[in-house]
Amino acid sequence: MSIILKATNISKQYRLGLVGTGTLSHDLNRWWHRVRGKDDPFLKVGSVNDRSVKADSDYVWALRDINFEVKRGEVLGIIGKNGAGKSTLLKILSRVTSPSTGEIKTKGRIASLLEVGTGFHPELTGRENIYLNGAILGMTKSEIKAKENEIIEFSGCERYVDTPVKRYSSGMRVRLAFAVAAHLEPDILVIDEVLAVGDAEFQKKAIGKMQDISKGEGRTVLFVSHNMAAVKGLCSRVVVLENGMSVFEGETKNAVDFYLNNQSNESGAGSSEFKDVFSRKKEMQLLKVSTSDLSGRVRSTFMQSESILIKIDFKINEYIKGMRVNMGFYNISGTLAFVTSSHNLTGEGLNAGIHHLELIIPSFLLNKIRYNLILNAGIPGQKILIAPLEVLVLDIEGEHAGGSTHVERWPGMVSPKLDWRFNNL
Amino acid sequence: MSTSHDDQWLYTISSKNKLIDLNFKEIWRYRDLLLLFVKRDIVTVYKQTILGPLWYVIQPLFTSVIFTLVFNNLGNISTGGIPPFLFNLAGITAWSYFNNCLSGSSDTFKKNENIFGKVYFPRVIMPMSITISNLLKLFIQLGIFIGFYIYYLSTGANLSVNANLLLFPIYLLMMALLGLGIGMILSSMTTKYRDMTVVIGFGVQLLMYMSAVPYPLSEARKKFPEWVATFVSYNPLSQIIEGFRYMLLDTGSFSWTGFFYTFTLSVILFLIGIIIFNNTEKSFIDTV
Repeated sequence: MSIILKATNISKQYRLGLVGTGTLSHDLNRWWHRVRGKDDPFLKVGSVNDRSVKADSDYVWALRDINFEVKRGEVLGIIGKNGAGKSTLLKILSRVTSPSTGEIKTKGRIASLLEVGTGFHPELTGRENIYLNGAILGMTKSEIKAKENEIIEFSGCERYVDTPVKRYSSGMRVRLAFAVAAHLEPDILVIDEVLAVGDAEFQKKAIGKMQDISKGEGRTVLFVSHNMAAVKGLCSRVVVLENGMSVFEGETKNAVDFYLNNQSNESGAGSSEFKDVFSRKKEMQLLKVSTSDLSGRVRSTFMQSESILIKIDFKINEYIKGMRVNMGFYNISGTLAFVTSSHNLTGEGLNAGIHHLELIIPSFLLNKIRYNLILNAGIPGQKILIAPLEVLVLDIEGEHAGGSTHVERWPGMVSPKLDWRFNNL
Repeated sequence: MSTSHDDQWLYTISSKNKLIDLNFKEIWRYRDLLLLFVKRDIVTVYKQTILGPLWYVIQPLFTSVIFTLVFNNLGNISTGGIPPFLFNLAGITAWSYFNNCLSGSSDTFKKNENIFGKVYFPRVIMPMSITISNLLKLFIQLGIFIGFYIYYLSTGANLSVNANLLLFPIYLLMMALLGLGIGMILSSMTTKYRDMTVVIGFGVQLLMYMSAVPYPLSEARKKFPEWVATFVSYNPLSQIIEGFRYMLLDTGSFSWTGFFYTFTLSVILFLIGIIIFNNTEKSFIDTV
């Protein structure tokens, strides 16, 4: 297969802090260097884009020497944590911003589904917005006209298509926007996180459409996502970005494994240590909480098919009877999914010393969402030892939801795999 | 696939800039977008207002009345036998087209940050569409002007147009080029230095008084101090305003030197605008 897109040494530098302070002097300096035919003096400084470390310079590399090639008809996945540089790379690919160094050569038109609904005007009707949005995304009027009915039908907004978009619900707006974007026919399609839009039914439709685009129609697709299941389902090859650098490139399965396993190296994720979490009278001190797989590899992202081992280390200073440690699983909007408690184990009485509690969350219990783990400890009705404390964040990803190969999220705080059976008499 | 095709790249995304990178082929490919933007601008401007497009008419009429009261009744500026109201209306009509093009395109980047941050299309489309959609406003205002022109004729005023009326399209082009050119220069500057928005606000206002809008150029030469008169004479806008009134009302003066001077300057400012605009569009999203 021939190469349709080739990126060489792509780097992107951003300036930290307040843009606007001192820019004029930097601008003049840059200009002076350029006039004399020298390199930009500010491109030399700068550090790797690690957000947890305080930068020692005003400039940071959001991307550093990225190289990759895309073959015609290939679906290339780009994965990485938040801040790894995925969005920056997409912005460069879709020509929203230009790279600081390097170049990308392409043999086809690139269109992006970076964020759907760009340029929708609330006062215009749905139909008028289809035309406007389509044209913004690079279609000509006749191309849109040819697909108009298909787009309207796909969006499911037939009844409202001649109503101003400002009267639409946000869901309808998103569906209409996605419908337009999905009917683009560029040579290279860039898709970013569109899986997150719409209700479950529409997501299913959207993912189906994307599968059609990438498989059936043989289109070249660059797919950027956090959703490992979607990446596994769609991509043939994957590039893993970390701190603005490409750390892995290869087959999807290997890349996803690399991505998931590699998180253990990362500071903070999957493990929290505490130095000053005491009960009021210092009877108890919380030391450490961590999440890992059963082989002990600490991380914060798990597949639904994995069991999760949660370890809680704490110190008891004098014999305590009746105490329990509770672990609450909350979703990001703060709703409690469930609480689990150690009372059967610790209620009998604990001697002074350091204790290591372990808790196993079985596979196929948690839903594919982010959980906040909140820990508290105490003796019911008597005293609070550790007030509720957010200890860790847990991300669950999945391949199969309830046996379906679709990757959409099921509603609910948990999605346990339960036994269904026939009892036909 | 044969290997000979491997070197035929459609385009390259890189950090390097060509000086004038106005890709006409690309703009042509996006012509439908240009027209849709024009349509959007026209359709949506006065949605949910009571008077709607009447505002197009009210603005110049009221300004003309005030100008007539202040400059002609109070200030005794001679308009050379032309009804002062008509004189002012002509100047304001021409000026407001320039003004609308300028202020419309001067916040291109800031106003469209949202779209520009997500999709690519030739950014010049935006200010171009503004220039085109303002034409509608101009023609409505010209219609009003013609209405009053006929009214004054019927009351026996001594009015006539001039053979220069044939130059009307070129005057239109010059105003568009100037408005667009200066607007693009300013829009590039506002992305980095926000002070510019303040400067534009009152700068345009001041410029109007220095562009022979409420007075004929001859009066300026007579009454202004030497250096101000020179400035007003060499200001391409006063040349345009004066020329506009000359062809519509046969008043004031016209010289081919002045005409070509203005035309050349408009083209130069437009080209400078394009260059600066192109330089900005590549990386503005990082600084806006």
